[in-house]
Amino acid sequence: MMRPSGWGACDMGRKMKIARRAFLFGAVAVAGGAAFGWWKYTTPYDNPLSGILAREARTLNPYVIIDRDGVTIIAPRAEMGQGIHTTLAALVAEEMDLRLDQVRVIHGPASHAYFNAAVLREGVPFAPTDQGWMAETMRDAMGVPAKFLGFQITGGSSSIPDAFDKMRMAGAAARAMILQAAATRLGVSVGELTTENGEVVAPLGTRIPYADLAIDAGSVELAEAPVLKAVSDWKLLGRTQVRVDMVPKVTGTAQYTIDLRLPGMLFATARTNPRQGGVMNGFDATAAEGMAGVKKIVPLPGGVAVVATNSWLAIQAADAIVFDWGVAPYPASSAELSAQLDTAMSADFVDAVQRDEGDVDAALTGEVFEARYAVPYLAHATMEPMNAAAWLADGKLTVWSGNQLPTQVRTVGAELTGLPPEAVTVETLLMGGGFGRRAEMDVIKQAITVAMAMEGTPVLLTWSREEDMTHDAYRPAAKAMVRASVADGVISAFDFHTVATSVVESQVGRLGYSVPGPDSTIVQGAWEQPYGFANYRVTGYRAPAAVPVGSWRSVGASQNAFFHETAVDELAHLAGVDPLAFRLAQLTDGPSRKVLEAVAEMCDWGRVPAGRARGVAFCLSFGVPVAEVIEVMDTPDGLRMTGAWAAVDVGRALDPGNIEAQVQGAMVYGLSAALRGEITFADGMAEQANFWDFEPLRLPQCPPITVRILENQPVLRGIGEPGLPPVAPALGNAIFALTGQRLRELPFAKAVTFA
Amino acid sequence: MPISFSVNGVERTVDLPDDMPLLWVLRDGLNLTGTKFGCGVAACGACTVHVDGVAVRSCQTAVADVAGLNVTTIEGLGTPDAMHAVQAAWAAAQVAQCGYCQSGQIMQAASLLAANPAPTDAEIDEAMAGNLCRCGTYPRIRAAVHDAAKRLGGV
Repeated sequence: MMRPSGWGACDMGRKMKIARRAFLFGAVAVAGGAAFGWWKYTTPYDNPLSGILAREARTLNPYVIIDRDGVTIIAPRAEMGQGIHTTLAALVAEEMDLRLDQVRVIHGPASHAYFNAAVLREGVPFAPTDQGWMAETMRDAMGVPAKFLGFQITGGSSSIPDAFDKMRMAGAAARAMILQAAATRLGVSVGELTTENGEVVAPLGTRIPYADLAIDAGSVELAEAPVLKAVSDWKLLGRTQVRVDMVPKVTGTAQYTIDLRLPGMLFATARTNPRQGGVMNGFDATAAEGMAGVKKIVPLPGGVAVVATNSWLAIQAADAIVFDWGVAPYPASSAELSAQLDTAMSADFVDAVQRDEGDVDAALTGEVFEARYAVPYLAHATMEPMNAAAWLADGKLTVWSGNQLPTQVRTVGAELTGLPPEAVTVETLLMGGGFGRRAEMDVIKQAITVAMAMEGTPVLLTWSREEDMTHDAYRPAAKAMVRASVADGVISAFDFHTVATSVVESQVGRLGYSVPGPDSTIVQGAWEQPYGFANYRVTGYRAPAAVPVGSWRSVGASQNAFFHETAVDELAHLAGVDPLAFRLAQLTDGPSRKVLEAVAEMCDWGRVPAGRARGVAFCLSFGVPVAEVIEVMDTPDGLRMTGAWAAVDVGRALDPGNIEAQVQGAMVYGLSAALRGEITFADGMAEQANFWDFEPLRLPQCPPITVRILENQPVLRGIGEPGLPPVAPALGNAIFALTGQRLRELPFAKAVTFA
Repeated sequence: MPISFSVNGVERTVDLPDDMPLLWVLRDGLNLTGTKFGCGVAACGACTVHVDGVAVRSCQTAVADVAGLNVTTIEGLGTPDAMHAVQAAWAAAQVAQCGYCQSGQIMQAASLLAANPAPTDAEIDEAMAGNLCRCGTYPRIRAAVHDAAKRLGGV
């Protein structure tokens, strides 16, 4: 192959053989390594790295492997672009006194040992700003079911809060074991040794690379938990790092699942009922079967897969099949789905009154403000279309995928094939975007089904963009109604009603579980806002399940911040108070006020260039208070966004450059939805199919975005999602400030033109 | 009928249908997977390569149409050890997030700078408008294009 670097087809033979036995590194798999030291008595799980290591490699705990080539760090969260591999590796490398360019970073195996305790922590009925004893105790208790279920999950902006102590401790334990091994070998005390850049430094300048100590270190038993570095001694954390995946991603050598190439591999695509969940009554594949290079038509639930010698041929052949699709198992049109939401905003469909302070009904007297808001379904539209590869041979299944739930991939593989879970290997590769979409099992199940029909042959199954756009687990459409009153320049009563189908019911249901009780995502981004309105009620309504819905970057906050912050803006104007000062006066949380003050200073809020106008919005989501300002101007071609500013408080900023990127990225993702994003339904099918009719923001429309990171709140937080919720209301509020036109529905392009 | 063309300076001959898009010939035929499939309808730019030095959407370019021509992909623009100035600027600005669109972004920017060594903001906007990024790296793309222009000596 002509590949100048990285791996071509000839490399893949070697790589594949290794992958069948172990995973991506090493030469020969032998029994070696075990769970050692501190890890041993604090975990109920065996070290998943034991028994799959290369000769002369040792695992010091589930996050660290040392072999002759150096140190490999397991970053067991899905790298979908959010830079998680870099920051997770930095947690370990910091404590081990390694530079990031000295380590290799991999997803590692699917294992319950990598459970995420933090992802459920904010599912408790306490606002994230509540650090009281009861709230904290409940959050800790929520870690118990997460551990019990063993969910290795990436989501909810939880990776860093989950890993912050765990992975630093893993690094510190590894360093302590290496130091002990060196002390024994040199006949000195540990206290006489230091570490630097991957070497133990002994008196008189003797230096021993970690790799030379790996085997000895592997049998060290630590008597006590190691001590973590003081923050003042950090060399990596708190500073912008060069992403470990940056050079591969700018040279075309990064490996996504869609890039997997194995000897003898075939290519497939799937075509299932565009009325999602509907049956396939029948199909005529005569033309497809006659196309040279088409190998097999494999039945799938609700459709078929076409296996061929290349992806293009598979897609062409699928296009040539005539299908007879069954009806949709949900209301078939946007009008009907919309009416269902209207019906559900009533007493019979109350999911939870998540907040109820004061006496809202009594306070809503005299002139009452009332407004209704709506947002549509949205696709995730990751740049890499959904795909997965699978290979069933010799009683073993290997699945390659980019997925946020690798342990669930293994479970699904075992269920579909009937193999024991230990016969299923899950290889997690880089993801071309996730945004919540890769928490689904749909394409993975299809790939495994095809692999079962093609036993002995590895198959990569790739969806067309059209299949991807029309078979999403969408951000649900949602509506809100706000009744409120203002008195003496503040909101005296705020009665917020929001309705959507349940993401948790739909998404967790597809995984085969059910979650009792209310779905807090229905009111997320509204109920926990740190405003001190004297009379404040937030009611969520659960509409009957309809179109499949799922987690979409920032989940419920993506709609509720728009509803809540547009309403607050309207009330500011009603009260005759500057919208930023209006919020500042009513936010009760210190760090939240500070992000508003910061964003005001950054944009010089009081001085708007002539011909332009600005809107502000605030939202606390995933525990992160975020304030954003968007500036717009009118041009002969329409409205143009001329500036964007964001201030966020993550408690402790581990990698400022990456946090900036995440906030900018979340704002662009949110602006794509605010301007043009909309999935509509007709005859049970999504009407948008590709980027020409579901068109994200493009570069010319993207304003300059300035981000400031604050560290005033007491808890460290994740930042993948919180930058998104305020951006749509900030833009809508700016449009009102410029034109006097109040937009209460997304996307805005239905009402105004953008230049 | 076999079709011959140059890919990253190496003569290649493929025996694939004339109307097969260059994208899939590169990815599935030649295992050059740095060029990405995003939409299949020239709406996203992820598949951008150079044909005789000019950026084209390989998903809309039939392989027969590049017979005898020079195709450059992201792998041929530069390598991890010897990056092209545009790749180096991208790395320095830490543009990539998921990275999936960046091969196309970089090929588009390299084509722009080859034709216009010192583009204005408006010219960058116009040239890069066809390349989507869902991670929202646009602010850093703008900065990286300007930096690449400097590295290439255009500014």
